[in-house]
Amino acid sequence: MLMAIDMPALRPDVSPRAPAGDSGHHPDGRPKIRVSQIHFYYGSFQALDDVSLAIGANRITALIGPSGCGKSTFLRVLNRMYETVRSARVEGSVFLDDQDALAMDVTELRRRVGMVFQKPNPFPKSIFDNVAYGLKVNGLRNRARLREAVERSLRRAALWEEVKGKLHDSAYALSGGQQQRLCIARALAVDPEVLLLDEPSSALDPIATGKIEELLFHLKQSCTIVIVTHNMQQAARIADDTGFFLMGRLIEFDKARVIFKTPARKETEDYITGRFG
Amino acid sequence: MPRAAALSRTLVRRLRTGDEIAYLATLTFANVILLIAALLVFELWTTSALSRQRFGWGFLTGSTWDPIAGNFGALPFIYGTVVTSAVALLIGVPLGVSAAIFLAELAPPRVSDGLTFVIELLAAVPSVIYGLLGVFLLVPLMRDPVQPFLRQTLGFLPWFQGPNFGVGYLAAGVVLAVMIVPLMTSISREALLAVPRDQREAALAVGATRWEATWKVVVPYARLGIFGSVFLALARAIGETMAVTMVIGNNPNISASLFAPGYSIAAVIANEFTEATEAIHIATLIQLGLVLFALTIIINALARLLILMTTRKGTAQQ
Ligand SMILES: Nc1ncnc2c1ncn2[C@@H]1O[C@H](COP(=O)(O)OP(=O)(O)O)[C@@H](O)[C@H]1O
Ligand SMILES: [Mg+2]
Repeated sequence: MLMAIDMPALRPDVSPRAPAGDSGHHPDGRPKIRVSQIHFYYGSFQALDDVSLAIGANRITALIGPSGCGKSTFLRVLNRMYETVRSARVEGSVFLDDQDALAMDVTELRRRVGMVFQKPNPFPKSIFDNVAYGLKVNGLRNRARLREAVERSLRRAALWEEVKGKLHDSAYALSGGQQQRLCIARALAVDPEVLLLDEPSSALDPIATGKIEELLFHLKQSCTIVIVTHNMQQAARIADDTGFFLMGRLIEFDKARVIFKTPARKETEDYITGRFG
Repeated sequence: MPRAAALSRTLVRRLRTGDEIAYLATLTFANVILLIAALLVFELWTTSALSRQRFGWGFLTGSTWDPIAGNFGALPFIYGTVVTSAVALLIGVPLGVSAAIFLAELAPPRVSDGLTFVIELLAAVPSVIYGLLGVFLLVPLMRDPVQPFLRQTLGFLPWFQGPNFGVGYLAAGVVLAVMIVPLMTSISREALLAVPRDQREAALAVGATRWEATWKVVVPYARLGIFGSVFLALARAIGETMAVTMVIGNNPNISASLFAPGYSIAAVIANEFTEATEAIHIATLIQLGLVLFALTIIINALARLLILMTTRKGTAQQ
């Protein structure tokens, strides 16, 4: 069997701390994040039901599924952004490499696991200050090194050529697609090991979307990427692995090729072919 | 179809859509407001003619106020208004803004809602009540222990020297501070709550602590609203009459000491208007009203300039 975890939702026997199955699946033989038996609640409403999967290092993992199925919630478990919701509660375990992500210092976790949001949300500051924000928060003060890091992040986000002459202009003067790449640069500035993206191009036109897909494709050499997307073609284009969520459950998780060509589950096939959702 | 009928049909339809009606109505009201403001200035200007002719610009710099001898100078009142408002802001802004941050960002929602209700209630309390509170609670406290303590610790500064009556600039400033804090808190809180959630999350997502996200992202994002609350508070402090006159000491003399009894523009107008019999006395009081009007406009203009300067670069108002 090639897969790290074969349809984990159907395998409740996975022990929470067990290594994620067959290692042949990932290039370097180990997953970057292992999620085991996550149950997630907003108050008494259960948003995730027994979700387990392994996210391969330096791969792009896409999460798909109809609205409200828990994709964003799952993403927010990975960097514990759910903690901003007072009623939220999680059970299960999340490991980042060999560290317990649910127990470690949350600012440390979020520095290592960056996030990009659905709507571009730059700060009302200059382009430079947007990218430098995370570095400053993490204690970098040296002007020259800030400048260096800002340039490198903007290059990685494929934005440098477009903004290098106007770093001190307002970020709001950029187009939507540029703003979203700026947000990616802001997230990359603190050198995260994992980048989470929640429908990052749903507010963008096809050309801007294409640019983001291309940059993600390059980024995966240095970063592990998890992307939620509504766009099936997008998932098929860029993902190495794909998970299909339905009503809080991870129905199927496999290589993207398998999910989109020969899904094992009827629900997945129905969704892929547009029969619901 | 006859043309006139077609036209009137479209007119009716357009009116029915409401756009035209709304436009006409709002235009009318906007003009009414302008008209009232113009009338106000015109009235103040014409009825103060006597005083303006007699004293000219010297009115603003004259520091004696002696109705019996016919000497009228506005400086003690301008000074009192500015000093008490400044004290009120110095005390009130840190209090009001931090209370707003606490309510909007740190307190659990239920606590926040309860406290906000109380604070909004406080903002609606008539100023004469604050004046009474000042007379019976604050002034005795100022006399002992507050002002003796200030004299002991900060007595090397000219502001904290001189005889201690209890009433005076400081007492008035403190009462004003108490009055403006609820106003500032409730408006600043609204501004903080209106900051989009994704701004805070963007900060948290790069490893900011909750406090760093609040202080470096949420508060700056809301700063226009917070400034706005400060200026509203300032406008209230400058024009406040009742509470000030009850605790400032009503003494038309300038003194560097904050302990000294003083006077403010609004307070002197209210106190002397009913007693003024001489035409010149009445005219000077009206001219004081003009000065208060101008002072408010100048301070507002400066405030706007400050906003422009601080938001010019790297920001956008959404
Ligand atoms: N802050 C919240 N409080 C309560 N329920 C929430 C909250 N956020 C999301 N939910 C609910 O959790 C479910 C999953 O939401 P979400 O993870 O946003 O789905 P998706 O991203 O797949 O559209 C939905 O039913 C949604 O209504
Ligand atoms: Mg979502």
